[in-house]
Amino acid sequence: MSEDYILIMEDIVAGYEGHKVLNGVSIRVRRGERVVVMGPSGSGKSTLLKAAVLLVKPWSGRIVLDGEELTGKGVDIRRVRAKTGFVFQSYNLFPHMTVLDNIVLPQVIVKKVSREKAVEKARQVLREVGLEGVEHKYPLQLSGGQQQRVAIARALAMEPKIFFLDEPTSALDPELKEEVLNTLEKIAREGIAMLIVTHELDFAEDVADRIVFMENGVVVEEGDPHKVLYNPEKERTREFLRSIRRRRRAAQTLEK
Amino acid sequence: MGVFEFLIEYLPFIAQGSTVTLQLTLFSFALGFATAMPLVMANLFGILPFRLVSRSYVEVVRGTPLLVQLFLIYFGLPSIGVKFDAMTASILALGLNSAAYQAEIFRAAIKGIPESQFLAAESLGFTKLQTFRYVVLPQAVRIALPALVNEFVTLIKESALASIIGIVEITRRADYVAAYTFRAFEAYLAAAIIYFVLCYFFSYGARYIEKKTRIPGYKGG
Repeated sequence: MSEDYILIMEDIVAGYEGHKVLNGVSIRVRRGERVVVMGPSGSGKSTLLKAAVLLVKPWSGRIVLDGEELTGKGVDIRRVRAKTGFVFQSYNLFPHMTVLDNIVLPQVIVKKVSREKAVEKARQVLREVGLEGVEHKYPLQLSGGQQQRVAIARALAMEPKIFFLDEPTSALDPELKEEVLNTLEKIAREGIAMLIVTHELDFAEDVADRIVFMENGVVVEEGDPHKVLYNPEKERTREFLRSIRRRRRAAQTLEK
Repeated sequence: MGVFEFLIEYLPFIAQGSTVTLQLTLFSFALGFATAMPLVMANLFGILPFRLVSRSYVEVVRGTPLLVQLFLIYFGLPSIGVKFDAMTASILALGLNSAAYQAEIFRAAIKGIPESQFLAAESLGFTKLQTFRYVVLPQAVRIALPALVNEFVTLIKESALASIIGIVEITRRADYVAAYTFRAFEAYLAAAIIYFVLCYFFSYGARYIEKKTRIPGYKGG
């Protein structure tokens, strides 16, 4: 039964230097399933994603990723990370390498793919994210939206079984958000499992199989996207969605 | 003989010391670089005892005069049976001294690389060594470059101390000229001019390299 899940996190407690962020949160992601995590800032969404690949070490709890228990002893975490893709809010591309090298290098040194194969793959994923002809540019010569699409391409090139996206559009201007969201929707159709932190309600509705609402380091409510977004059970969820919608309306008014 | 004639007469002789001065500087800098690397690695990524050794080394070296360090190596070590010729002793003293400063330069440069770069490398499955080799070092060297050049130029000037134990470099040659002509002012003025030209040349060259290696698209700096 656990074979159906790409990711199982149970009773995870984690934090930073004595400051507890996750208070025994549990979450499961099926193979190919797309789960959107929402919640106010400080609720532990980002830490949850990082803990899933031990970028933040959980204090207690159990994590099983693609059938391998990460919280056990003697796990080669690097090999496990090579099976996952992580996209950060601030892109985190390597600024001293060309776009092509950003995508080629991880394949070559982590997956031991030959350089020719890696270059071929890089061109393919760049096409997938709608970026051609920027191979030889450097990340800082690109717009934020382009940089984030390169970051997505870099993660895609590793052929991940699960994609972690940590607020992939919240550092972007509204017009640049669109291109990144479109790219992500396209990738979502390919059937890779995704765990996405986002505040983009329309995107969440389009892409999610399930929405999880978090607060204070635990899951408050979860379920079908339609249900959670339009008819949530918990007052806290309703309140949060109201504040997001209000903010969005304000932003739209300002744009006009 | 006026100052101008004096310089024309003796400056070439003193300037010939540049070869030895630059040899001293280059070898010391290289030794310093090679020693600084393990010091930084130990300090930033090592286990506690390594960290302590690295930090103590830096503190002690920076907290004592270079001249005393040179004397310790050249005059002190022979008494416990370790003997170096003057050139080796000078390079050891200058190099091991520079290592402490270079270690601090690299430590600051590595600290200047955002945490997000480490996270990205880790998330892709890089080992610590790969992260250092492909992500940290290339960026740290760029950040460190101006300070490294400064350290190199400092070494050019500090290598004058080697003249005290008999290395015939720029300052020693100026000593000779001063003793021979009894015109100390002009002799050391000539030495000063040569040092200045050398230092200026390297600072200027470095600015060119900085421009060449700047990360494309990077604003500021």
